[in-house]
Amino acid sequence: MLLMEQEELKQLEDKCTQENPPACTAGCPIHVDARKLMSDIQKRDLKSALATLQKKQPFPGIIGRICDHPCEDVCKRRDVGSPISIAALEKFCVQNQSGNSPKAGMISKKSQTVAVVGSGLRGLTAAYDLAKKGYKVTLFEKADRVGGSLWNFPVDQLSPEVIVEELSVLSRLEVQIELNREITRLDLANLQEKFAAMYLGLAQQSADAVELLGKNYELDPVTSATAIKGIFGGTLAGNNSPIRSVADGRKAAISIDRFLQGVSLTASREGEGSYESKLFVNTQEIEPLPAVSMSNEQAGYTVEEAVAEASRCLNCQCLECIKACKYIENYGSYPKKYLRQIYNNNSIVMGMRHANKMINSCSLCGLCAEVCPQGLDLGEVCKASRVTMVGKGKMPPSAHDFALRDMAFSNSDKFALARHQPDCNSSSYVFFPGCQLSASSPEHVENVYKLLTEKLSGGVGLMLGCCGAPADWAGEQDLFRRNSEVLAAEWERLGRPQIITACSTCHSMFQTKFPHIVSLWELMADMELPGQEDKLSGGKVAVQDACTTRHEPSIHNAVRKILKKLKYDIEELPYSRERTKCCGYGGLMSFANRELAQKIVEDRISESDVDYVAYCAMCRDRFASKGKRTWHLLDLIYADDLEQAAVKPGVGFSYRHENRAKLKRKLLHTLWQETPSDQEEAYMSINLQIDDRVWETMEDRHILIEDIQQVIEYAERTGRKFVNPDNGRSLAHYRPLRVTYWVEYEPQNQGFIVYNAYSHRMEIVEGAHE
Amino acid sequence: MNNTPKQTGKLPWKCGKCGGELERGLVKASYLGNDFEVQELKCLNCGLVLITEELALGKMFEVEQSLEDK
Repeated sequence: MLLMEQEELKQLEDKCTQENPPACTAGCPIHVDARKLMSDIQKRDLKSALATLQKKQPFPGIIGRICDHPCEDVCKRRDVGSPISIAALEKFCVQNQSGNSPKAGMISKKSQTVAVVGSGLRGLTAAYDLAKKGYKVTLFEKADRVGGSLWNFPVDQLSPEVIVEELSVLSRLEVQIELNREITRLDLANLQEKFAAMYLGLAQQSADAVELLGKNYELDPVTSATAIKGIFGGTLAGNNSPIRSVADGRKAAISIDRFLQGVSLTASREGEGSYESKLFVNTQEIEPLPAVSMSNEQAGYTVEEAVAEASRCLNCQCLECIKACKYIENYGSYPKKYLRQIYNNNSIVMGMRHANKMINSCSLCGLCAEVCPQGLDLGEVCKASRVTMVGKGKMPPSAHDFALRDMAFSNSDKFALARHQPDCNSSSYVFFPGCQLSASSPEHVENVYKLLTEKLSGGVGLMLGCCGAPADWAGEQDLFRRNSEVLAAEWERLGRPQIITACSTCHSMFQTKFPHIVSLWELMADMELPGQEDKLSGGKVAVQDACTTRHEPSIHNAVRKILKKLKYDIEELPYSRERTKCCGYGGLMSFANRELAQKIVEDRISESDVDYVAYCAMCRDRFASKGKRTWHLLDLIYADDLEQAAVKPGVGFSYRHENRAKLKRKLLHTLWQETPSDQEEAYMSINLQIDDRVWETMEDRHILIEDIQQVIEYAERTGRKFVNPDNGRSLAHYRPLRVTYWVEYEPQNQGFIVYNAYSHRMEIVEGAHE
Repeated sequence: MNNTPKQTGKLPWKCGKCGGELERGLVKASYLGNDFEVQELKCLNCGLVLITEELALGKMFEVEQSLEDK
């Protein structure tokens, strides 16, 4: 999916059910918004409650008293208690708040005339709806009063006063009422001549309907149209359900309006009447609550009782992904809206792309797809959008530049390496520790390599480098492909050995590229491990599964097996295994949106008070950086001082480079007895003094020691700098490639004290170089 | 220094190459193919331009971000 097309957008949007109506509304034949009604009652806003009813109900005072409430049959509260007493609450509303009729002035009058025969709920509703649309309606009733079977309800349920009051709206809508006018088959032709359309508001197959249309009259159940053009009839047999009779009249009114406007009677009518909503509602963790009973059944709910009963409403929503993902929550809406924003962002030709940051802030971890009842993966959409942005040259350069330069470093001669095991000329296996473990804990790479060479036969080669994940996450497909090709060539050269990964991200990136890869944890789970015998009990730990292992249950199991071997008790986090959460590094989130990535760490580390164990170096470092005691799984096997290992802060960006470079040099020296011929650049020999405050600033601004060294080397060599005569400090800048770095410094002994560093991407054109 | 209110006073920096005072002058800046001319402090002799931390992290950053989203 490169360019999301309209149709694809639609398919994706359909997966997000959040905008679907709640079950009660969908189940109501005329779609009263009962969820909103409950909210109005909770707020004691009866005026708004009545307006909510009026929006869909033609005569709320009547329907509120007699509705047969199919909504309650589908109310989700049913699963956890009993359905909300929606009908009783409607009655409460109409008893305690009198209505205002629609404002006649708001209606633009039409010249067309409609005859409605019969003034039961069908006819009344059709007359009301059509009059509200501006048609000239005449209502024919054979009796001496309108209302039909409404008059059969017990007086204490529906009094004559209420009927008269509620139906008086018809005269305000200027509906002509002709009482004592029985319409027979003989009148039809005459009426047809006089009126543009006619509705026979009678129950289907009722004696009156048969008398008018004949015994075997035809009727379209979708449009209410009879075989006679311009004449519509009731499609529902009987009068048992007041609300369905209302819906029957409304359906005909819609058809008559369409008929008179000369548009299709059949198009887009799927949403009419009762249906089952697609809205997903998770009731699993909801406390069951019984219905609030009435102190006086006859009088109905008191205000307090009504508020209490309305408060049982679950306010049905899906929001499954929002509950699980801080990123999705962060933008204040839900995926259906985000999809549209992303689509618009991709389609923009001129103007601002407001969703760039949102697209680049997703960790691409796949948790949303896991928790979404329809499996909607917003990360996939963000990833595809990044590819599109890169392809169009519209990816903000600042978003991923630093991470891509880090990747370039790891795949440069400074770190990259591919060798057979010393004294072997073939490899059955090759260990690929990855760039981040090598940066965070290079000593673990040495230890693990030693273990693997001891335990496995047939030669264990070593490959250092980056798997290409930063390029993949950044949407840089070409770069990712080129990187994969280089790695594949090296792997071929080693004789296609089985790859052993220590990093879950490398594992996921290699999954489709190389056959039979195996995770270090899967191997270790079946090995005798160093230190395994010494320990009595390790205590309790919670496992942070790496998000890139989401669909790798064998890795989840292997990690737990190793922990058990090491005699740790395991606490499972609320979100673990296939529902694990990203640490905020995935998808390069921490580069595109540092604040959000920090929030994500804070959220994750607050899930349990128990110490965490991670098997991804980035998860470990990021949690520890926020003060969460976290071990890397290898710490539990190799660390001399476990206390120190749990709290040691993450390695800063500068030292991540240095650690990788040192690891390579050390391994070349100790294992292959080679003295690397390092080409030292002049700037590398510059000594710096950096205090904690400046160090933090540098980390925060992604400024490396080597960037500072280059600025100072250039400034001191060329004299191009500013000086402060008052304190002897210098301020200088240098632009190695795309970023200009500024450093405030002062010479001291054999080196320089660094006071400040900052950078900008905009290029300044200066005169007179050197 | 970067947390203090907008600097209105004179900056302490002099050109390290010629020792000259810095003065406001026309400077060419460009980003993502967009060129501007702005008034910034520079050494009129040597052409060195001073971009302060406040400017780099403030206005300049804002302009960079909005050009990136264009």
